[in-house]
Parts: sequence; C-alpha cells; structure tokens
Amino acid sequence: ALSRGITRFRTAFRVGYYLPVITSIVAIAVVWRFLLNPDIGLINVLLKDIGINGPDWLASKTLAMPSIIAMAVWRNLGFAMVVFIAGLQAIPAMLYEAASIDGAGRWQSFRYVTLPMLRPTILFMLVITTIGYLQLFEEPFVMTDGGPLDATLSVTMYMYQQGFEFFKQGYASAIAYVLFVIVAVIAFLQFRFLRDDA
Amino acid sequence: MTAIQAPVGRPAPAGAEARGRANRWWIYGLLTLGIVLMVGPFLWMLLGSLKPQAEFLVNPPTFLPKNPTLNNFERLFNELDFPRFFFNSSLVAVVVTVGNILFCPMLGYALAKLQWRGKRLIMGLVLATLMVPAGITLIPNFVLMSNLGLVNTYPGLILPFLVGPFGVFLTRQFMYGIPDELLEAARIDGANEWRTFWTIVLPITAPVLATLGILTFLGSWNSFLYPLVMAQEPEMYTLPVALSTFATGQYQADHGMLMAGSLVLVLPVLIIFIVFQRWITEGIATTGLKG
Repeated sequence: ALSRGITRFRTAFRVGYYLPVITSIVAIAVVWRFLLNPDIGLINVLLKDIGINGPDWLASKTLAMPSIIAMAVWRNLGFAMVVFIAGLQAIPAMLYEAASIDGAGRWQSFRYVTLPMLRPTILFMLVITTIGYLQLFEEPFVMTDGGPLDATLSVTMYMYQQGFEFFKQGYASAIAYVLFVIVAVIAFLQFRFLRDDA
Repeated sequence: MTAIQAPVGRPAPAGAEARGRANRWWIYGLLTLGIVLMVGPFLWMLLGSLKPQAEFLVNPPTFLPKNPTLNNFERLFNELDFPRFFFNSSLVAVVVTVGNILFCPMLGYALAKLQWRGKRLIMGLVLATLMVPAGITLIPNFVLMSNLGLVNTYPGLILPFLVGPFGVFLTRQFMYGIPDELLEAARIDGANEWRTFWTIVLPITAPVLATLGILTFLGSWNSFLYPLVMAQEPEMYTLPVALSTFATGQYQADHGMLMAGSLVLVLPVLIIFIVFQRWITEGIATTGLKG
C-alpha cells in the first residue's frame, strides 16, 4: 500500500517501519526481553488487562523460540517492506491495464500480474532472510543465553560457546564450515526452485 | 480527422473512485496500527529509561513515568564507564567508515574501468567474500588477529573491516556508468591514473560514497558478534558488547538503566537515520543489499 496511493505521511511511515531494522539488535533484544518479562513486561500487562494470564515467554521451552521468532519478524518487516516497494514499483502499469481490459478483478490481477512479476523480489528476500537468520546469534545470546535447556540455541551461538567459552576453536571452526555448506545448499535450492525461467 | 477517442480500457469509472477513497482510510488505519507496533517498543524504551527503579516494581505497571528522573543516565555515565564505550564504538565506526570510503572506490574503479591481469580472479574473490555470511568468518578473523597479536586492541577491532566487499561492489556498479570519454580526455591531457582517480572519478562518485559511508557507519556501530570476541577487557568494549554484558550480568534486573543504555545505543542511529533516510533507503533498494 505504501508504494502507491498513499502520499501523506509517506516518509514518516517509511522511517517508522524501517526503524527496527537499523537499530542495534542488542538494544532491541534488551528491550524485548523487558517487554516479555512475565511480571512487569508490557505484553503480559496488556494481556492481563484483557484477563489472560500471560506465560513466562522466555523461560518456557515451547514458547521461547517462537517469541524470538516473533521479534525477528517484527524487526525485519521494515526491510521486507522497502524491498517489496522497490519490486512493486518495477512492475509496469501497462500490465495492470491489460489485465483490467481482460476483465480481471482486484484479486485476480494480484494473483496473475503482481505475484509472478514479484518472483525475483520474493526469491531475493527468501535467500537473504534465510541466510541471515541461519546465523541467528544476538537474540538468543542476550535474551535467553541459549534458552531453557538449549531451546533457543542457534548454530552460531553453539559455535560461539564451543569456540570462546569452552575454547575448542577447532571444533568451532568445523561448525562454521558446516554452517557455510548448509547456507550454500539452501541458497542454491532456493534459486533452483524460484528462478525466473525466461 | 475524426475526434480522438478515449484510450480503450481506461479503468476506474466514478464508482470505483469513491470506493478507492473509502479504501484509503482503511489502509491508513492499518498502516498506523503497524507504525504503533513498530515504534511502540522504542517508545517503551524511552519511557522506561526515565523511570526510577522503584517504579518498575509497581503492580500494575505504569505507562508514563510518575516520577521522571535522569538518574538512570547519571548512573550509566558514572558507575558504568559508558563514555568509554561510546568512544570505542565511535572510534571504530568512524575509522572503518573512512577506510571504506577511501579504499572501496579504488578497487571499484580498478575493477570497473581498468584492464589488468588477474582482474577476473579478484572480482570473483570479492563476490565470494560478499556471499559468505558474516558469522562464518568470525573465527578465522579472530585467529588471524590473534596471530598478529592484536586481540583486544583497536586495530584488532578495525582491520578486518577496513575494506568491505559491499562497498567494492557498490562503487564498481556505479562506476560502470562513468563515461569513458571523460577518463580518456583526462589521460590525453596528461593526467596519470592516480590523478584521474582523485580529481575526476571520486567527485563523481560522491553520492554513492555518501550512502556507503552511512551504511558502513551504521553497520559498524551495531556490530556485535565480532567485537564480543575481540574485546576482552571492559575498556575495549564497544557499546553493544557493553550493553549485552550488563544485560546478562549483574544489572539484569536494573531495567531503568538497561533501557537508558539501549537508548544511548540507539539514539545516534536514530538521528543519522532520520536525517539521511532518503539516501539510505534508496541506496539499499538500488543494490538490494543490506549494509
């Protein structure tokens, strides 16, 4: 919606949405850890106002990782927005006009014009985000230190622990190598499946 | 000539326009809700940093601080040596940014405009470096710095990032657009390559360098994992490292101070971003890469 039709406050909206992207993950993790605090965190407070007794998000084996995931989604929304705006603006208006001549409604022109034309953008976002978050580190480090019983232990964090807390740097290097291979394979597969077949 | 007909297939008859206007309110509403969610935590951080510790323990928790205080900030700067951390972060970020602005266009220019043996190889290496995710080079960089005896020093924090593949790529792409005639004219006039670079190429590249500078600065300021392992004594900590140490250490429950610390970490980024936001988003969207 931000790429067309909204002219007022556009800058303010873009700045606001992009804010979580460029601020330090550490600061965000600290704030979110406070927000998720079971007793005085804002989230549980708001829930209590509706009558729900919020759980201890970061200490629960099942809820810790989803909480971190939710925070990561929140954070990256702005980046995705910027990328998709750029992608949307690259779609020639002519295609939409042609579609409406052919009688396509809103949903149809979205499905048959917008989505296919966005394929490279979607691929790009998919690859970048996957690669980025396969290396998740700061969030679990600050918020849960690996989580209740390793529930939020990520590969990079494991590597850090092995290399710098237990000083097994050879092992940690091996972890890094394996992670590299995993990242390369996943990126390759994503390219295979979503590549633009011209 | 007969009268020109209206273009075929003009969409949006009057009814749709009215519908469009109603839709607009709906969209604004949704966007505003989104903004509240996005900016909310930051607001909370700001408010929290102004509350005295006692107010955090009140049940039900307050929204606006009842007794706003700057005490948290005072303690940050007196008890916790935050000026030092701020200085460290600034120094590293500035030097890394200057390095990138200086050296990346050099390589970018060489790759874009000059012909030399091994050019393909170097370009391949740059691309490969760009594609390897950052966390994976953590240990090799650390070992390298360690062998150079630079652990826990400023050079150790700065050197691996003095030139980045992102900047090389960015400048190279941009410099493709510089007309060759311009450079040939300079050469005919007797300028050597170095002179051509300094007096002609660099000024033209200035806008891209500005974007690169801003992105590099932000990236370095927020950088966490590498400084975490490189800075092993508190006097070398950068801001993010310091904050995380306090957040997971003895000040865990001191929410006011943690919020204040986060604010200090976030504020320069905020200011730079608001002032330069146009350049940043355009730069990122054009190249499709994050700093």
